[in-house]
Amino acid sequence: MSQATMTKDTAPTPAPVAPSLAGKRLPRWSPIGFGALSLALAVGVGLAADWQSKVQWGLIAAILFVVLTFIASSAVEGTRQAKDRVATSFVWVCFLLAIIPLASLLWVTVSRGLKVLDGYFLTHSMAGVPGFEVGGGVYHALIGTLEQVGLATLIAAPVGLLTAVYLVEYGKGTLAKAVTFFVDVMTGIPSIVAGLFLLSIMLMFNLQPSGFMGALALAILMVPVVVRSTEEMLKLVPNELREASLALGVPKWRTILKVVLPTAVGGITTGVMLAIARIAGETAPIMLLVFGSQLINTNPFDGAQSSLPFYIWEQYRVGSEASYDRAWAAALVLIAFVMILNLVARGIARWKAPKTGR
Amino acid sequence: MAKRIDVSGLSAFYGTHKAIDDISMTVEPRSVTAFIGPSGCGKSTFLRTLNRMHEVTPGGRVEGKVLLDDENLYDSHVDPVSVRRTVGMVFQRPNPFPTMSIYDNVAAGLRLNGSYKKNELSDVVEKSLRGANLWNEVKDRLNKPGSGLSGGQQQRLCIARAIAVEPQVLLMDEPCSALDPISTLAIEDLIGELKERFTIVIVTHNMQQAARVSDRTAFFNLAAVGQPGKLIEIDETERIFANPSVQATEDYISGRFG
Repeated sequence: MSQATMTKDTAPTPAPVAPSLAGKRLPRWSPIGFGALSLALAVGVGLAADWQSKVQWGLIAAILFVVLTFIASSAVEGTRQAKDRVATSFVWVCFLLAIIPLASLLWVTVSRGLKVLDGYFLTHSMAGVPGFEVGGGVYHALIGTLEQVGLATLIAAPVGLLTAVYLVEYGKGTLAKAVTFFVDVMTGIPSIVAGLFLLSIMLMFNLQPSGFMGALALAILMVPVVVRSTEEMLKLVPNELREASLALGVPKWRTILKVVLPTAVGGITTGVMLAIARIAGETAPIMLLVFGSQLINTNPFDGAQSSLPFYIWEQYRVGSEASYDRAWAAALVLIAFVMILNLVARGIARWKAPKTGR
Repeated sequence: MAKRIDVSGLSAFYGTHKAIDDISMTVEPRSVTAFIGPSGCGKSTFLRTLNRMHEVTPGGRVEGKVLLDDENLYDSHVDPVSVRRTVGMVFQRPNPFPTMSIYDNVAAGLRLNGSYKKNELSDVVEKSLRGANLWNEVKDRLNKPGSGLSGGQQQRLCIARAIAVEPQVLLMDEPCSALDPISTLAIEDLIGELKERFTIVIVTHNMQQAARVSDRTAFFNLAAVGQPGKLIEIDETERIFANPSVQATEDYISGRFG
């Protein structure tokens, strides 16, 4: 029986004629060629129709690029290759659309901000400088941002970290679900609402505006971001590591402190840094609670302070050429601050990441 | 040093699901006891009840008694942390701590328990690595990460880590199932040496392994999927493999199972 099947299976069957593996392909430079061609055509169309808006030129170029690629590719290579090329073109077009605002924003900020950004600008306040005249600097705002963001981080990072540890390692039942729900709700709180909340407390207890009040509002905005990112990082720590530690007779709290947190520390740091970057640009709570100031005030617990986003808004409102320049320079300082934080976070994440090398 | 384990009337649950039912047995000190049986019959669950690791699983619950030299592990005033210091465990998949070096991995148990003298630590690390037959392979790279070792070396590192805290009993949950035959042989030789000092319980799917390393063998089975697992019989390994007293054991060992 099995013998018969074997013979039947091994009986020679006519092999199907194999199609050649190599087909006609468009040359390697074709995407660049189509890109240049469609750009030239778009410029031609735009000039001919006398369109002022460069956006229209760009859109026509993008559409032409995708259409040209599809037509040429389906004629030469076949429909499957054509679909592949159209998908690739779409990805490229979307990438360019995404990069244009970012690049232009950076370009405008750098080119306009560098005009007055120098050592003097970074080390002087606006004390005694009328807003519409040249001179003055960003020092008081820089101090304000550093202190307010630093205080907010000191409050929010431990609270957020411990909440996440509770949710991942201990929390079960209704309380944990409630905490998760409210963290989700808090993520969506607009910064002005957090500012108003603290303003009402400030008025209720008759407190004066200070950097610390602003830091409290920023901390409210920061906590949910820290909780979410830390929670995700702690969930990534394999359960086997916790069990290995527990099986060595290590108490649970030491297991969390010495095994779980060190394994996740890179990701947690990144999350905290991103949260800092998020709150560093908040203006609304600063306006309500820190009040803004032209003078250097290094004490965040007493009296009004300034901050970088507030300074930018303030300078732009003055509306003179000199104040515009200062606003752009302060924007550049703020972007640099966030970027440096990001780089530091990446550095720490790489340095602390679990090692795999031999 | 090594302790006897007396289990009586032990059942374990996951939430409302009963995973093992009414198990009683004795594990002799300074010997190797192997647990065999089909998947899902509760061998690993039973093993984890012996050092109170079962209750770490969400919903894990245990009824019955486990006596470690006349001390019931499930007495209300017994601290699970000190139980786990006395009864160590090696897991199925090697799990060295990824943030720590080889040295720190072995020293982890002592360091994290906070009970060590600094000048003794390196002696303990060397002794444990020698005990796990790993010293010669890693002595020149103690500061390299433990996760850079091969799978078999990682598992021996985990054994070194487990014996560094000087437990009385060592539980091994399929310690060779992720390893190649040569690493398996290294670990089996190691088990033979370790039983001079420790009471060893090993769960294995490999019947030849059970026959090679163990003095006594316990066979677990379950009536059907979803039913709790039961201990069918426990006896000298030679009798279990040559002349078991229950038909089901013979069927399982000879491959006529199911």
